[in-house]
Amino acid sequence: MFLFIIKIVTVVLVFLTHVAVGVYAERKLMGHMQARLGPMRVGWHGVLQVIADGIKLFFKEDIIPANSDKPIFYMAPILGVLAAVGSIAVIPLWDNFSIANLNVGILYILALSSVGAYSIILAGWSSNSKYSFLGALRSSAQVISYEISMGLSLVGVMMLAGSANLSDIVRAQSGLWFVVPQIIAFFVFVVSAIAETNRTPFDLPEAESELVAGYFTEYSGMRWGLFMMAEYVGMIIMSSMAAVCFLGGWSGPEFWFFSYVPDVIWFILKVYAFMFFYIWLRATLPRYRYDQLMGLGWKLFIPLALANIVLTGLVKLL
Amino acid sequence: MTLLQFIFGYFAVMITVLSLLMITRRNPVHGVLWMLALFVHIAGLYILLNAEFLAAIQIIVYAGAILVLFLFVIMLLNLKKEESVKKFQKHWPVGVGTGIIFVVFAVSIVRKIEVFPQLGKYTIEAIKAEGNIMTIGKVLYTKYLLPFEIVSLILLVAIIGAVVLAKKRI
Repeated sequence: MFLFIIKIVTVVLVFLTHVAVGVYAERKLMGHMQARLGPMRVGWHGVLQVIADGIKLFFKEDIIPANSDKPIFYMAPILGVLAAVGSIAVIPLWDNFSIANLNVGILYILALSSVGAYSIILAGWSSNSKYSFLGALRSSAQVISYEISMGLSLVGVMMLAGSANLSDIVRAQSGLWFVVPQIIAFFVFVVSAIAETNRTPFDLPEAESELVAGYFTEYSGMRWGLFMMAEYVGMIIMSSMAAVCFLGGWSGPEFWFFSYVPDVIWFILKVYAFMFFYIWLRATLPRYRYDQLMGLGWKLFIPLALANIVLTGLVKLL
Repeated sequence: MTLLQFIFGYFAVMITVLSLLMITRRNPVHGVLWMLALFVHIAGLYILLNAEFLAAIQIIVYAGAILVLFLFVIMLLNLKKEESVKKFQKHWPVGVGTGIIFVVFAVSIVRKIEVFPQLGKYTIEAIKAEGNIMTIGKVLYTKYLLPFEIVSLILLVAIIGAVVLAKKRI
């Protein structure tokens, strides 16, 4: 029991440390991609910038709008972090290592991501501000739509692996990574994951040029920080899901000195590659228009994912 | 009292309390939130019954889709006026009548329940050996195929109805 608690705390702390690493990497990489330097002042090449920001956020005044619905306003960011951090439990870091080896691992992640949508809707509604509310409405529609295509894209993976257990899915990929037979599903999953985590080019809920900051316009200090934390943990979870479901999770090349590399290194490398992809997209692409985004989700990705399911079923039958 | 009984007791009490909280809130958004907590507890009850698939579906479908649509509708309708309306409206006799019929049905069903019935084909061990999802899938697509298809037809009708209502020119 005691060991189990230590395991949980360690894994969660490792993921939360990666939030800090992710924030720093994002600012630095985006800076260099746009021919800037990024943070340079705090520490060597700005490595301590995230810590400085964290301290600043922690000691900032916590402003609460007078006409807001206070209990819900307090609860919304906590709910977001809870849903994001809860998803960590089923991610298999290496063989036989995950906090909870659930048989419905994929469904668990989908369920928690739908709970995470509440934090956005409730934050927007309880702030009692037009910008927040519009951002929340946009976001709820977006998250629900893309959750469907994400779930459907994962159905193909579940059909090939014959299980919804994430460890079993990784073991089923020992011959061939699912990214090859499920290339359509992979494409749909990656795009839906970006929309699901509200990242550029689909960050319409917080489109600053029209909605100030969208659903968290009224938030300040550490409550705002919690939203950012939920977003980055969500990114890491989605990257892990992509690595586990399509890129063979902890498995790596098994020849020469590569076979001595610990499994977890391969997993981390895959997750990092995805995080880099997220940041790369943000630095490269402009934002979508809202009707284009919804049209894309409903008219392209959901039919594509459905076609992929039918195709996978046919191939499996033959 | 074993630990399992204690956990069941917690869920049972919480489900009752949360449903009462849900129907007594003046603010409909708060009501929906208590309903969200209620659904999470019902999912917990499913997990206690070793039905993890049902628990996940409970959260995904009810909490993730249907309740969000409730919230959506309530927020868009802006029910500020309704909040000040008194609790008992003139429809209350109909409500009481429906409630009595419901209680009669519930009591007659509860009296028929055997507490320790003969074990059927799907024991916990059998389901664990085959896996939750596979068991449900097999039963759903063989024994209950017709009801399943009828339900999907009803959903299709609802979808077509929504399109007909929303689209100006078809």
